[in-house]
Amino acid sequence: MTPEEQRALLKRRRQRNYVLAGVLLGLAALFYAITIVRM
Amino acid sequence: MSNAPTPPAAPMAPLPGGAMAPVLQGGPALAADLGDWRDYLALTKPRVMGLVVFTALMGLIAAPVSIHPVLGFTAILCIAVAGGAAGAFNQWYEADLDAKMKRTANRPLPAGRLTKDQAFGFATVLAIGSCTVMALAVNLIAAALLALSIAFYVIVYTIWLKRRTPQNIVIGGAAGAFPPMIGWAAATGDVTLLPILMFATIFLWTPPHFWALALFVKTDYAKAGVPMLPVSHGFAETRRQVVLYTVPLVAAALAPWALGMTGAIYGVAAIVLNAAFLVLAVAVGLNRTEDPAEMRAEKRLFAFSILYLFALFAALAADRVILS
Repeated sequence: MTPEEQRALLKRRRQRNYVLAGVLLGLAALFYAITIVRM
Repeated sequence: MSNAPTPPAAPMAPLPGGAMAPVLQGGPALAADLGDWRDYLALTKPRVMGLVVFTALMGLIAAPVSIHPVLGFTAILCIAVAGGAAGAFNQWYEADLDAKMKRTANRPLPAGRLTKDQAFGFATVLAIGSCTVMALAVNLIAAALLALSIAFYVIVYTIWLKRRTPQNIVIGGAAGAFPPMIGWAAATGDVTLLPILMFATIFLWTPPHFWALALFVKTDYAKAGVPMLPVSHGFAETRRQVVLYTVPLVAAALAPWALGMTGAIYGVAAIVLNAAFLVLAVAVGLNRTEDPAEMRAEKRLFAFSILYLFALFAALAADRVILS
């Protein structure tokens, strides 16, 4: 793997992790709201 | 003191900002690359999701029981995610077919940006996740319908019938007709005649909508081995089928008003929209040209059919909200 490919791989990984963190935070907020509503 | 051999130092590469990182060595490193998030988003066919979300929302609003906004949002989110799961399963199964067609050759799987295992795993997580959340947060009827819609689209349409019959789009239409029924079930926990008529309307709308497009847009489905009606049975038979499906479509769309389930708002909208749809479908039926440039009737019907569905369901929701 060339340094350019290495950089592209790490960039993809970082972006994917940000998106995943956003999805997980969103789900945590949604489940919290559902729990409150259904109590 | 340990006598274990020290592993050789990995070669380093400069990163933006001056930091250094070990250079990954081929195969295992590539396998560890899970791909770009945009490719996962593309697997869910986000453009198709617009109609799914809209019709599901209209089904939810048209229901006689109000639902808490948080639970309503959750239900719509689950329906959208389940639609994404069905799209991802579809791309997982049809990667070979997509590779043969110009329109789909750049999708993540045929282009080699994701593996089939990654697509299958992603689709499975979305499908199980959406049905589970729907069952736990909303109700079991809506979750069961959601699971059924995914199974129908993937197993009955994609795997079983799409490559076997030129009526494939009719079958696919049934899968696309589930969202308003699921939206209704999310609010009421029940399925009555009105959501069944909403299902029937989308189911019967799909063939004239899609075949109007198939008449004037040349696709390479035939090259990929998928039987499409204009290719397998010709233009005249396709036009006849457009008119034939329009008749029960008009009946299904007018039924909620005729049976007294809706008021004047939907009644007026349904009469006007269906009269226009029928006139445009008959114009397609009477057309004889095989030159796409001359197919103005087909283009008019296709464009109107999109407006028709949005306006009809919006009128239904408005009628139920304002007059109930």
